[in-house]
Amino acid sequence: MEILMSIVAGILVTAAVYLMLSRSILRIIIGTGLLSHGAHLLLLTMGGLKRGTVPLLGEDASSYTDPLPQALILTAIVISFAITSFFLVLAYRAYQELGTDDMDKLRGNENND
Amino acid sequence: MSLLHLVILSPFILAIFIPLFYKSFRNIHTGWFVLPLPIILFAYFTQFFTGVSSGNAYFYSFNWIPSLGINFDVYVDGLGLLFALLITGIGSLVVLYSIYYLSKTKEALHSFYVYLLLFMGAMLGVVLSDNLIVLYSFWELTSLSSFLLIGYWYEREKSRYGAQKSMLITVSGGLAMLAGVVLLYLMGGTFSVRELIANLDIITASELFIPALILILFGAFTKSAQFPFHIWLPDAMEAPTPVSAYLHSATMVKAGIYLLARLSPIFADHVVWFVLVSSVGIVTLFWGSFSAVKQTDLKGILAFSTISQLGLITSLIGVGSAALYYDFLDDNIYIVAITAAVFHLINHATFKGSLFMVVGIIDHETGTRDIRKLGGLMSLMPITFTLALIGCFSMAGLPPFNGFLSKEMFFTGMVNVTKMDIYNLETWGLLFPVLAWIASVFTFVYSMVIVFKTFTGKYQPEKLEKKPHEAPIGMLISPIILASLVVIFGLFPNLLSHSIIEPAMASIAPRLLGPGEQFYVHIYHWHGFNTELFMTLGVIGVGILLFLTLQKWSSIYNVFPKELTLNNFYDKGIVGIDRSSNKLMKLFMTGFIRDYLVIIFAFFGALMLSTLFIKDGFVADFSDTAPIGVYEVILSIVMVIGAATTLFARSRLTAIISLGVVGYTLSLFFVLFRAPDLALTQLVVETVSVALFLLCFYYLPELKKKSKRLKFRLTNLIIAVMAGTTVTLFGISANSTRLFDSISEFFIEASYKEAGGKNMVNVILADFRGFDTMFEVVVLGIAAFGVYAMIRLRIRGNDR
Repeated sequence: MEILMSIVAGILVTAAVYLMLSRSILRIIIGTGLLSHGAHLLLLTMGGLKRGTVPLLGEDASSYTDPLPQALILTAIVISFAITSFFLVLAYRAYQELGTDDMDKLRGNENND
Repeated sequence: MSLLHLVILSPFILAIFIPLFYKSFRNIHTGWFVLPLPIILFAYFTQFFTGVSSGNAYFYSFNWIPSLGINFDVYVDGLGLLFALLITGIGSLVVLYSIYYLSKTKEALHSFYVYLLLFMGAMLGVVLSDNLIVLYSFWELTSLSSFLLIGYWYEREKSRYGAQKSMLITVSGGLAMLAGVVLLYLMGGTFSVRELIANLDIITASELFIPALILILFGAFTKSAQFPFHIWLPDAMEAPTPVSAYLHSATMVKAGIYLLARLSPIFADHVVWFVLVSSVGIVTLFWGSFSAVKQTDLKGILAFSTISQLGLITSLIGVGSAALYYDFLDDNIYIVAITAAVFHLINHATFKGSLFMVVGIIDHETGTRDIRKLGGLMSLMPITFTLALIGCFSMAGLPPFNGFLSKEMFFTGMVNVTKMDIYNLETWGLLFPVLAWIASVFTFVYSMVIVFKTFTGKYQPEKLEKKPHEAPIGMLISPIILASLVVIFGLFPNLLSHSIIEPAMASIAPRLLGPGEQFYVHIYHWHGFNTELFMTLGVIGVGILLFLTLQKWSSIYNVFPKELTLNNFYDKGIVGIDRSSNKLMKLFMTGFIRDYLVIIFAFFGALMLSTLFIKDGFVADFSDTAPIGVYEVILSIVMVIGAATTLFARSRLTAIISLGVVGYTLSLFFVLFRAPDLALTQLVVETVSVALFLLCFYYLPELKKKSKRLKFRLTNLIIAVMAGTTVTLFGISANSTRLFDSISEFFIEASYKEAGGKNMVNVILADFRGFDTMFEVVVLGIAAFGVYAMIRLRIRGNDR
């Protein structure tokens, strides 16, 4: 199972990197979104999969799934959400002010490089 | 801290007050406030004479950074005293001369004297330090103050060029020297020169010995303008003439010579030292004297002449190192080379200092230094003429001046090389006297050029900017004193021999002396009819012939194409470095964010994959993995399809929705992998995110058609696949090598007992690891403020 999930995470990262190398801002932000999904999936996989029940003590089980990676992922999800929303508004404002979403055009001019 | 420490630091202390004097006493030339200091210091140093000449040395220590073995230790022996006397003595004369040379009203005198005092203090520090790191600090300070002095008239482009050139060359040499000093420390375990000499057998046995030797030689050669690093010195002539007289003839350029002499007891035994020092010296001697003849600027001639004379002293030190090979004092004919080096060092400082001052007077009184415009000044400036005559005849090596004596000894030293039976000198030793003789002929020619082209011949008043007349007496005092020294040392050379030459030789070659022994130097005018005398006669004869036919043969200087000169290489090198670094920067600093990302991803991918394979780190262990279920396979396929769709989507909406598909599939994975809190959060966050993306969908334009260039997309694809493969391989390897168990048993045990909660994830977030959560909240808050600020705060059109 972990092998399969590693491969899926790898595919997500491949798609994310390819998108991040493109010219449109929206594609780049979609790429970062995919990248964080891949990272979260990988975090969970590295903690070990299906090794017990849900980490709630009321379940009365003999073994529980590792709760620590879950706590880490929860933190990561919130932070990546904050960043993504900031990026989106930044893209929106950049387009409003500069009139383009093409990264090739957003590189200053010859005078200030 | 002893008095000697204060003496070294006193120029720095005075330098602090100079601007104050300059501002407060505008009617008095600032130089008068400076003048007493070098005179007092000179008087102070003369009192060491008796002690040093009877073989004593003075040592005072002052802790600076004792934990690193760096102490401000000063040490006065023959060599240090000789240089200290030169620095303070000529320093006094130069300050006196500059008072008359530099205008009180037109020049920024406070900067001039501050720089000059900095230089004087630094130079005293160089010659009196026993600790090599302290010596290096002062050494760089001389480079810095020389840079400031050359660029004194900073509004002139040539001054700035000369200052930059000298800075680059001397500082690169200085850094090499620092490396050599560090190597010496690694070998000998101390920075102190005297302790290094005491540990000599450890140092010579080390394999770092040769690198240290070469690095230190590099420093000494750049500072003392040896071939091929001499090119900065002619350009340093843009400095005011007192500076040229002081720094670039008498003191700073001899710092390299000082270093050679000071470290001779450590290195001189080795054949590499002998070969490098003596051959570089003799080549510099020849090349300097040869190049001096073609110059038309008087200071240019003197600059190349300085280079040539420094080469002479260097070659003598190199040849003198052979004396150490013949490890006894009696009948050691090679000692004469060391004697000649020390003696010529003094002589050169006297006549070259006076010649520079003479040239300054000519420049000051006629407005030009170009020998093509000058001529016939003999009757107009008789005193200056006499001074020039004395200086030049001494430089050319004519009796009865001191230059004659040192040149005779120089020839003796060079002729002795042919008698050596070491280092294969039987075969190539003859080159030394031959090159020395040819160089002396050229020296004779350019010395005559200075005197006779300037003071005799046709007087051309129409070419001169001012009407020439004799200089004011104040300006003449210093060169008169120096010229009298030239004559006095010429007539009574043994005034110097016991008092200073013998102790200085004792510092250069201490190993030759047994306990209680002293060098015995006696300089004769008349040696009888020997090889040296005939060489001198030959120099005079051929020199006169060449001088008279100068017009006919001077065209040989045009044989060399301009492209092959060292200056041209230097200039091309500087421009080339600038250009190629610019090109290199342009190559990867393109301004396209995609290019930077490609570099970053490619670098990380290559680094990690190569590490994985070089270290043979890839492991795939399937024994401890969870079984694969149907649901997971289906969800995996959905997720992969979602990710692929974002890649190929033509419209924004498709891309956004497929991203949403990946996100919701991830939350389903969280459900399957028993993470209810994650699933909840992921669902909510994904929903809000998709809503935000749709906001952008509404405001951002339609996606561009994909780039037409296939090569481009192929690069991106390769980088992307590499990144994905790296993640997968590392994921599998990391999963297959679990070095120790998880620490989560603790959380499972303690979450109810210690924290009173049954939801372990929430207990970890809020209790065990609450700080993470606190700052995650802060991140969210900052993002919210950022979004708010971006939307609300706008600079209105006019304010931009």
